[in-house]
Amino acid sequence: MIRALALLLVLLTATPAWTVEPDEILADPAQEARAREVGQELRCLVCQNQAIDDSNAPLARDLRILVRERIKAGDSNAQVMDFVVARYGDFVRLRPPMRAETYLLWFGPALILAIALSALLLALRRRKAASRTVPLDANERARLDKILGGEP
Amino acid sequence: MRRLLYILPVVLLGLVAVLAYLRLGKDPSILPSALIDRPAPEFALPPLLDGVPGLATADLKGQVALVNVFASWCAPCRVEHPVFLRLKEEGRVAIYGINYKDKPEDATAWLQRLGNPYTRIGADREGRAAIEWGVYGVPETFVIDREGRIRYRHVGPVQPRDLDEKILPLLRELQK
Repeated sequence: MIRALALLLVLLTATPAWTVEPDEILADPAQEARAREVGQELRCLVCQNQAIDDSNAPLARDLRILVRERIKAGDSNAQVMDFVVARYGDFVRLRPPMRAETYLLWFGPALILAIALSALLLALRRRKAASRTVPLDANERARLDKILGGEP
Repeated sequence: MRRLLYILPVVLLGLVAVLAYLRLGKDPSILPSALIDRPAPEFALPPLLDGVPGLATADLKGQVALVNVFASWCAPCRVEHPVFLRLKEEGRVAIYGINYKDKPEDATAWLQRLGNPYTRIGADREGRAAIEWGVYGVPETFVIDREGRIRYRHVGPVQPRDLDEKILPLLRELQK
């Protein structure tokens, strides 16, 4: 039982498998934590769909070291991001910035959802209108009564 | 109105098809440079070879130049090498090299065997200058104008066709 609990504890507190190597880690834990925050935001340009913290490409390692140097030199997280973006462009951000040319990227899914929802609403309303029952008028009732043999 | 709704999916499909067609045959690993039309970055690299000076930002002002990032361990660099040798023979433009993360003895042997098209070579052993240039893989080639600004960047080996169709016309334009 205790062993199972211990295993559970270990599994629950396990951190993701970073690629950050021991010799890169900063002595100051607060600075290292900031470096990890930035490292998760930066794209490894060699593998393109990984953050530099998750990639073992040599360039990713160089960039991790660079991020740590900038942090040690007193840069804020935003300044470090700007430093890298100035050299590699917006593509290096894993989260694209909000700008006129990225509005479609940010709001596209919501736009498509809105179009789909309004189409659905329109279709539902139309179906409801089509299936609405219209009561028989006196003439029709008389004919129906006749067909059914005078039963009420 | 109803007919319009029926046509809509076809129109959407058409748009997607056009987008897909435009991306066809393009290499997604080729990224736009953040440095186009910006001044070349601040860097200073020591020489690689005896008798061939190193490379720094100040060397890029005053004439149109080509900066090629290369390494002896990089196979595509070998592919593009004859193109630079040809360009050197024509004497049209200054060709500078940044030797990326290479052992000096390997790079020296490589240049001795294949020929050296560069009039300046900076040895970037740690790859830090390459980061300043926004390089994410070798080879990469930059065209620098007289004011020392980056005007063009080529990712991957420069093939004879790239030279004739893109780089040479740009050089002529810049040298006017």
